[in-house]
Amino acid sequence: MQNDCGCNCNKADDERYVQLKAYIDSVKDSEGITMTVLQEAQRIFGYVPLEVQKFVSENIGVPIAELYGIATFYSQFAITPRGKHHIGVCLGTACYVRGAQKVMDKIVEELGIGVGETTKDGLFTLDATRCLGCCGLAPVIMIDDDVYGKLDNVDVIPAILEKYRN
Amino acid sequence: MNNSINELNQLKADAVKNLEATEGSRIVVGMASCGISAGAKPVLEALKKEVAAAGLGDVQVMPTGCVGMCIYEPIIEVFEHGKDKVTYIHMNPERVSKVVSEHLVKGKPVVEYTIGEAEDGKLKNLNDLKFYKKQKRIVLQNCGLINPEDINDYIAVNGYQALAKSLTEMTPQDVISIMKASGLRGRGGAGFPTGLKWSFAAANEADQKYIICNADEGDPGAFMDRSVLEGDPHSVLEALAIGGYAIGATKGFIYVRAEYPVAVNRLKIAINQAREKGFLGKNIFGSGFDFDIEIRLGAGAFVCGEETALIASIEGKRGMSRNKPPFPANKGLWGKPTIINNVETLANIPKIILNGPEWFKSMGTEKSPGTKVFALGGKINNTGLVEVPMGITLREVIYDIGGDCINGKAFKAVQTGGPSGGCLPKEDLDVPIDFDNLVAIGSMMGSGGMIVMDEDNCMVDIARFFLDFTVDESCGKCTPCREGTKRMLEILDKITQGNGTMEDLTILEDLAENIKNTSLCALGQTAPNPVLSTMKHFKDEYVAHVVDKRCPTGVCKALLSYFITDACKGCTLCAKKCPVGAITGKVREMHHIDQDKCIKCGACMAACKFSAIIKK
Repeated sequence: MQNDCGCNCNKADDERYVQLKAYIDSVKDSEGITMTVLQEAQRIFGYVPLEVQKFVSENIGVPIAELYGIATFYSQFAITPRGKHHIGVCLGTACYVRGAQKVMDKIVEELGIGVGETTKDGLFTLDATRCLGCCGLAPVIMIDDDVYGKLDNVDVIPAILEKYRN
Repeated sequence: MNNSINELNQLKADAVKNLEATEGSRIVVGMASCGISAGAKPVLEALKKEVAAAGLGDVQVMPTGCVGMCIYEPIIEVFEHGKDKVTYIHMNPERVSKVVSEHLVKGKPVVEYTIGEAEDGKLKNLNDLKFYKKQKRIVLQNCGLINPEDINDYIAVNGYQALAKSLTEMTPQDVISIMKASGLRGRGGAGFPTGLKWSFAAANEADQKYIICNADEGDPGAFMDRSVLEGDPHSVLEALAIGGYAIGATKGFIYVRAEYPVAVNRLKIAINQAREKGFLGKNIFGSGFDFDIEIRLGAGAFVCGEETALIASIEGKRGMSRNKPPFPANKGLWGKPTIINNVETLANIPKIILNGPEWFKSMGTEKSPGTKVFALGGKINNTGLVEVPMGITLREVIYDIGGDCINGKAFKAVQTGGPSGGCLPKEDLDVPIDFDNLVAIGSMMGSGGMIVMDEDNCMVDIARFFLDFTVDESCGKCTPCREGTKRMLEILDKITQGNGTMEDLTILEDLAENIKNTSLCALGQTAPNPVLSTMKHFKDEYVAHVVDKRCPTGVCKALLSYFITDACKGCTLCAKKCPVGAITGKVREMHHIDQDKCIKCGACMAACKFSAIIKK
């Protein structure tokens, strides 16, 4: 498969597209696969930019407008690149009543970005997440797969962030 | 493949021996998400390593689901045949070494890592705690006991017996009759009778029907369903198969939040194991009934907990709700008759089939039989997962089980039902909890989040918090919900900023009524509840924000000012801590805060050793 422009972005050579195509072929006969394919695309690429949506559209026969609608409806999908590390501040009720807003304010102050944004150096993306289910440790944040709990004293946050800067 | 009841019983006999640790001992590590967050993984690894290193061949180490008591995580429990179990709390790899060398090798439990000794000198375990005394664990019976990743453990505790009984001894109509007689009501929030719902779908002729498990537990602060899926996934699979048989569906779906990776993984393992054993697949127990289950992941949309939105999402569309009727029992997934049951509802079903409807009705209240699982959280000492008989009072749950508010603070309100529910004041604490009572006092059961708030929480801010959530999660299809909640949030923002008027409160109430009456689905219809209930019970706080321009609890920053009182010794520490240089004063003289410069960060108050700084 050669791109029209003939440049090096040939999808047949890109391992990620090959992987996605293989997944699409494996589920093609099931019903209602749009979401699962987009989820797989997000897993492979880290986000689902227009280019990937086009590829999915061509391969599963769903109009790109519909795919874009889905990708922007569900909070799990990102259409812009994400930072290397993902910070999720739990804003579930249990965390909120135990001071999650202060935790969020501190991280916003430390990173100089707002919720949903990525730092300029591409290191951190900050999100407010739903209940992470560790209400016993509230207030809680999650950086990648690590959970940090009982952050009543927000002064410990800069040291936590520092660990990911190296 | 194992397709006869005799074979199931044979499997059970072997599995029971294993579970009861008749030879050697069995150690379980609480490995639900909360335990893992608290550090259970290194504990499990260390335990496996140390046990192997000590050459203890007859000691089994395995993960288990949520033990319920989040504050003690990571928890491990040691079961030795013929002895009381020993509970170790706040475990880490170092503590594991000592438990292995002292307890497992020498037979002397390490008292300092347990909950302590009772008056009679016996070691206390989790069952001795007040936290457990008033609980009745039916749904959570196996969580914390069995290994969720091993189907044999589930078989040992009567797993798949209810399915075998349904398929071989009962007609689909019999199953529905039992469900109807039990009075089981949907645990997802609305409390619709499960048996009745099933009978609607059963009555519809169709070439294909579906049964769906709604595991899109979206309420912030609610994690009951996750704990069931993580601790006892087979109970849900078994119930789906029973439901499928009752209504005539051969295909089941589990729609689960993508944010629950542990639950998803254990479900996958469980489905594969059930297929291997022949409890899912073709001709189950030789009855001619075929049934299989597929997992579908949500993608972070609260509205997908609403059944028509959930169906749209499984179909691969944006999760938007639609008008009912037609109800899903008539026209659901891909236009076919579909039943959607919540996780906790399903987990009750095998037990009802095995023990009978009368057993189920012996618990709870007349109109709400059985138990309910609550995720107890917020400003409470014993945060965790509790299962109580319906009809228990909020007071018993909060004080007897929850152990009162943290730091000796005064209780202010309890929030039930998440963004759809309400905040209940202390005057309502003696109301027996059931579906109808909670609605009557302006809240709802919801899925079971129960968040306690103390004197430091601002109720206007809490109302704003929930509205912020619903505005974000509204699917945008109907105007009252999309526009109405947004306008309500703007008014609440205005009030918490100190710009509210008394007229705003009237508008807020009018809007709330309109949104409740005209929204398309339950999300909009219940979204105003947090505002209405706080306005009803805590009107004085709203008035303080609007008239006095004051937040009584000091949460709303815009309405807050820090002052230095004459207790000030002039130590200059606050001035040094202030990040914006708003504090001035000479050494040993009273200091002063420039209100125009102050950013209300509270650093000065935290630093002051003489409690000379106050906020009001």
